[in-house]
Amino acid sequence: MQHSVQSRCKIMVRYFTRLRVRRVYKWDGTPSSFDRKLKTYFFDSLNISVEGQPGMTTVTPGQYVLIEGDNEDNPFVAKLLKFFGDESNQQKKALVQWFVRVCEVPHNKKKLLGRSPHPQEVFYYLGHTCDNEIDAESILNTVQVQYVPVDAPFPEPGIKDTLYVKLSWDTKTFKDLDPALMQDTPVPASTPPRLKPASPCSPPAAALVSLGSVGRKMPTPDPMVMRRAGSVSRTRGPVSASKAGNNEAESVHSAAKLSASKTLSTKRRGSSGVTPGVRKKLQLSIGDSPEKIMSRKDGLCELLDEEVDSEKALVTKLNSSPRSLHHGYSLSPVRSDHRPPNSLGGYPLKPTSIMLDRLSPTALGEQDFSRDMLLGMAPLILEDEVFEAGLPTGTAKTPKKRQATPRRKYFHEKATTPSRRKDSAMTAREPSLGVLAEEDSESSPMQLVVTSSRSKRKSAQLVASRIRKQLNLMGDAQELHSDDGDDDCFTPSKKDLHHSSEEDLEDEEVSKSEETAGKTTRGRLRRASTTPARTPRKPPSKKATPSTPRTPRTPRHATPSIPSRTLPARKPGNVLEEARARLHVSSVPESLPCREQEFQDIYNFVESKVMDGTGGCMYISGVPGTGKTATVHEVIRCLQHASDMDEIPTFRFVEINGMKMTDPHQAYVQILQKLTDQKATADHAAALLEKMFSNPAPKKETTVLLVDELDLLWTRKQNVMYNLFDWPTRRHARLVVLTIANTMDLPERIMINRVASRLGLTRMSFQPYSFKQLQQIITSRLNKVKAFEEDALQLVSRKVAALSGDARRCLDICRRATEICEHSAPQPSSTGLVGMSHVMEALDEMFSSSYITAIRCASVQEQLFLRAVLAEFRRLGLEEATFQQVFVQHRALCRVEGLQPLSVSEGLAVCQRLGACRLLLLEASRLDVLQRVRLNVSQDDVLYALKADRA
Amino acid sequence: ILRQRFCHQRLPEKPMGIESQHKHLLELLRRTAVHGESNSVLIVGPRGSGKTMLLKCVLRDLLEVKDVNKNVLQVHLNGLLQTDDRIALKEITRQLNLENVVGDKVFGSFAENLAFLLEALKKGDRSSSRPVLFILDEFDLFAHHKNQTLLYNLLDVSQSAQAPVAVIGLTCRLDVLELLEKRVKSRFSHRQIHLLSSLSFRQYLDNVILQLSLPPDFADAKFFEEWNDSIKVLCKDKSVVDVLEKHYNSSKDFRSLHLLLVKEFFKNILQHNSSYNLCSFIPGLSVLELCLIIAMKHLSDIYEGEPFNFQMVHNEFKKFLQRKSQSIYNFDKPVVMKAFEHLQQLELIKSVDGSTGKIHKEYQLMKLMLDHNQIMEALQKYPQCPTDVKQWALSAFG
Repeated sequence: MQHSVQSRCKIMVRYFTRLRVRRVYKWDGTPSSFDRKLKTYFFDSLNISVEGQPGMTTVTPGQYVLIEGDNEDNPFVAKLLKFFGDESNQQKKALVQWFVRVCEVPHNKKKLLGRSPHPQEVFYYLGHTCDNEIDAESILNTVQVQYVPVDAPFPEPGIKDTLYVKLSWDTKTFKDLDPALMQDTPVPASTPPRLKPASPCSPPAAALVSLGSVGRKMPTPDPMVMRRAGSVSRTRGPVSASKAGNNEAESVHSAAKLSASKTLSTKRRGSSGVTPGVRKKLQLSIGDSPEKIMSRKDGLCELLDEEVDSEKALVTKLNSSPRSLHHGYSLSPVRSDHRPPNSLGGYPLKPTSIMLDRLSPTALGEQDFSRDMLLGMAPLILEDEVFEAGLPTGTAKTPKKRQATPRRKYFHEKATTPSRRKDSAMTAREPSLGVLAEEDSESSPMQLVVTSSRSKRKSAQLVASRIRKQLNLMGDAQELHSDDGDDDCFTPSKKDLHHSSEEDLEDEEVSKSEETAGKTTRGRLRRASTTPARTPRKPPSKKATPSTPRTPRTPRHATPSIPSRTLPARKPGNVLEEARARLHVSSVPESLPCREQEFQDIYNFVESKVMDGTGGCMYISGVPGTGKTATVHEVIRCLQHASDMDEIPTFRFVEINGMKMTDPHQAYVQILQKLTDQKATADHAAALLEKMFSNPAPKKETTVLLVDELDLLWTRKQNVMYNLFDWPTRRHARLVVLTIANTMDLPERIMINRVASRLGLTRMSFQPYSFKQLQQIITSRLNKVKAFEEDALQLVSRKVAALSGDARRCLDICRRATEICEHSAPQPSSTGLVGMSHVMEALDEMFSSSYITAIRCASVQEQLFLRAVLAEFRRLGLEEATFQQVFVQHRALCRVEGLQPLSVSEGLAVCQRLGACRLLLLEASRLDVLQRVRLNVSQDDVLYALKADRA
Repeated sequence: ILRQRFCHQRLPEKPMGIESQHKHLLELLRRTAVHGESNSVLIVGPRGSGKTMLLKCVLRDLLEVKDVNKNVLQVHLNGLLQTDDRIALKEITRQLNLENVVGDKVFGSFAENLAFLLEALKKGDRSSSRPVLFILDEFDLFAHHKNQTLLYNLLDVSQSAQAPVAVIGLTCRLDVLELLEKRVKSRFSHRQIHLLSSLSFRQYLDNVILQLSLPPDFADAKFFEEWNDSIKVLCKDKSVVDVLEKHYNSSKDFRSLHLLLVKEFFKNILQHNSSYNLCSFIPGLSVLELCLIIAMKHLSDIYEGEPFNFQMVHNEFKKFLQRKSQSIYNFDKPVVMKAFEHLQQLELIKSVDGSTGKIHKEYQLMKLMLDHNQIMEALQKYPQCPTDVKQWALSAFG
């Protein structure tokens, strides 16, 4: 028996270049009411149309919509409450109730949830830091949000494009959501009651399932249908109940047909994201192509009107929601009526889960058409055209979001209408092959795949090759996207696959197979794509066997961690140990003494920026160990505390360190990763960040970025620094950049003008600590632990202050002193406190130059050699001599000392030893006896050391 | 046993002469291992002063403490092997056996690895993760890496509340701290352990005896006694003492002592190992070549070490021939040239600037690599040296 071919297309290409689609927003109808006081008009609905495409999406209050945000793949979700515009009608505003995605919840709060979040889960937002009023033009699309009772499990994976609400989130805690909040919406087209009627019509689908794709995991075949029905009803123009009913009936009808043929394919996934960014211009308006199609089909004229209508609806739908694709089905059945032989199929093609950008859906729709054509042996020419239209799909590489669970889409080639089925697969193949030949190369692989897969199906017993098939499947999916030849995006997408697959809680089986496929495909992608004939065909049974062997893979998601120790660390035992623990640089003090002023300045700076929602830069300089980073961290901690207390708006804190990256451009990657958890290449990350910071978005939090060791981000063109300082100046960026470096004049020294000027004048320099401050720091760290004598502390701080003012050094010395004290504890004189003598010893250890001791401990010949060097220097009046000259002196000295003179090679060995210790500086030893010798120590030191030695 | 000992295959039971350093280091590492306190330390000492030996002893002692044993991770890096941060990073990851290691190979880009490692270290905290000992041999070479990223990060970890680490650097450069960038330096704890032996010759001698003596648990007791006695006798022997003293004077390095002792006992040659030098070449030279060297020597004397070229040497040589007017040494110029080139090949003379070929061979400036005394010494040893040549060499001016 032949089966519906299913090819799935999964799409999760994250790196894609999207075409921009321009949306046109228009009020639908006249203002329904007018508020005189505010001079605002209220409207009932808003039409959104995509430029170049007929049809439009109508959004009415009460619907859930996706709103353009800084994160393209995860637009914000909100429920529309009202539309209004001002008198001039220039501005379109909307009042919304926000929903928060899991990924928008701060990491540290996620644990409050107490369970792992559902990927499609959203939270009802009760916070008040976000403006409820948005620009209506940022609305992208509609989405379904479904209320799920708190204790109920999430629905099965069947419905992909619906978000679920269980809890509410008020920035602090999760609370149960009052169902009433959700119920008040008129829109719930997707609510179960309404869908129910539709489900009955899916039995054929179920039958089909049982027929061919038994194993296929489609726990809820009906939802598709239901949804379709729902969507149909919703889309058709202004929603009137009666019409909806009509439509519903119609869609049910078509759905039934479809499902008979193959409906199931439509499993689509979640619409979680209509990618906001996608405004690509779709040159080919979909409207045109269908029309053309139509026009060329003379025979179909009668239906033309109707079809056009439905197509329009389809298009709108496409634009507005991924779901709209289903319309394609309904359309196709209609057509099929007239051309029974050509049962066409609308296959839900591409359904990329998240990505359904409008583009891709449309493109998909087009492909559907084209596919239909193909199957129906429609005129080839037509197809070419259609395909051209379809090509853009490839470009819409749909971004893959992690949450968007990657999805494998099966296009079910629904082409298998009964009549079709009778035809042998061969026949089906032939036409399409013919087409292939003539078709543009890029689109053809797909077709080929489709057809060949069908034929292969027959010999479907290739169980052994399951894995390979999976691979191919993957490849196929990618191919779909790669139509435009943009292959390089795939690699990343694979990674995504991975990610997403891990996170995909929902459909485990699918994801599992994906995972394996993803893994294996890595290397093989190319191959798969070049040999599409191998084709993708994933027998349904395959799905049922999630246990496909797992290929080894690199543990890309390995959680970085150091194995934990088997024994707990011991707690400090006595006073000294306690003191030592407190003195360790890493122990975070309760407060930062001596930096109150700086703290206050930075605090005020950041706080004001956060409050105003503006951006700004600050440059902080100071020698090492003066508490720059510690102070900033302290500020952030306080601010975070404040925002927890609701005193200031919430903000995000991101820290990067120039030293901790291998290349300045990695800065982008790290920032992006910390902001959104995405991984990207440096260039791509830069582009994403650029977009994020330059586009307006509602509900945006201020980001505080700390850039440590700024000087290492220097590049020749300085574009990294330029960007870092330029973003805050953007109007919508809401970015506060704090930069830290050691040198005070860094901006003047290494930055070119345009960078320096963007940095602005907000500078702050941290002076080295004075001895009083150091003393205070130690005292406050010790915090009443009595371990040091007063004098000892003073000595340490004075010493350090005189040298560098480096607090780290100071703490280290104290720590060392406690050790010395501990070891010499038995002395009766000591009170158990660290005294002067201990501190002195520690200071000596750290500060005394080791050269003198080293010279003293050197061997006799080495000492002699040094003296010879000195003598030669004196003779020459230069600070440099060749080995030969020195050696002459050396021999003379040996004679004076009564030692046996050394041979030249021994002399050289002595010389090399001194050179290795860097007491002498030597030229490369290749020069042999002619190498020049210089002292690395002062002559006085040598003399002193040698004299003392003599004495 | 002796061979084993001298060839460094076995660690001494107890480090000698450096007990205090041993104690210090042991204490330090113990605190890292047991208390989870992060530390950094440098061990500085000339070559052969026992840095590695000290460290190994400490580690051995450390691992004997039971609860430390299973707790500590060690990472050994050598500046000569891990020549840049990229390689070092991979090696660290490999040795730590983190999760992104598959079958001994580390995947991922440099940047990824770095981020991963830092993330890993950050995850840990003082009390829960296992302490990691980073042992950086040839520490000074790590300071030459670009930006000193690795050092910065390791030291930064050791200065912040992350996984406990101990960074131990071994180096022979006394000025190693000056190689560190200031922010890296600030993060280093400035603990340095210097290994400088200040043994007197007496102690040195005792040490030799100790090293040579067989351990008391030696299988054959009689042989053991005889051996030890004879060692003592040997060490009182004048000639042996002289040799040792001479060696002591030139270096206090135990490793070279070991080499010397090995030589003595296995080759039974009490000859000092200073035999190798350039002079040994000279007896193998032809008379002509010898004459050339002497000519060069004179030239060096006259011009005080200025470089010379073949033409000058040839003139000098001809002057000598004229004076002596003995035709036996009357060679053609090409023959002399050949001899000159031979000397150059032996590297007895070297061209001043490396650019060979640009200048005509005869005018290339050369320098003599031999010392005045070496030449005379060699001349004495030269078999059947013609007397007039000898005279010429001794005469002040050609």
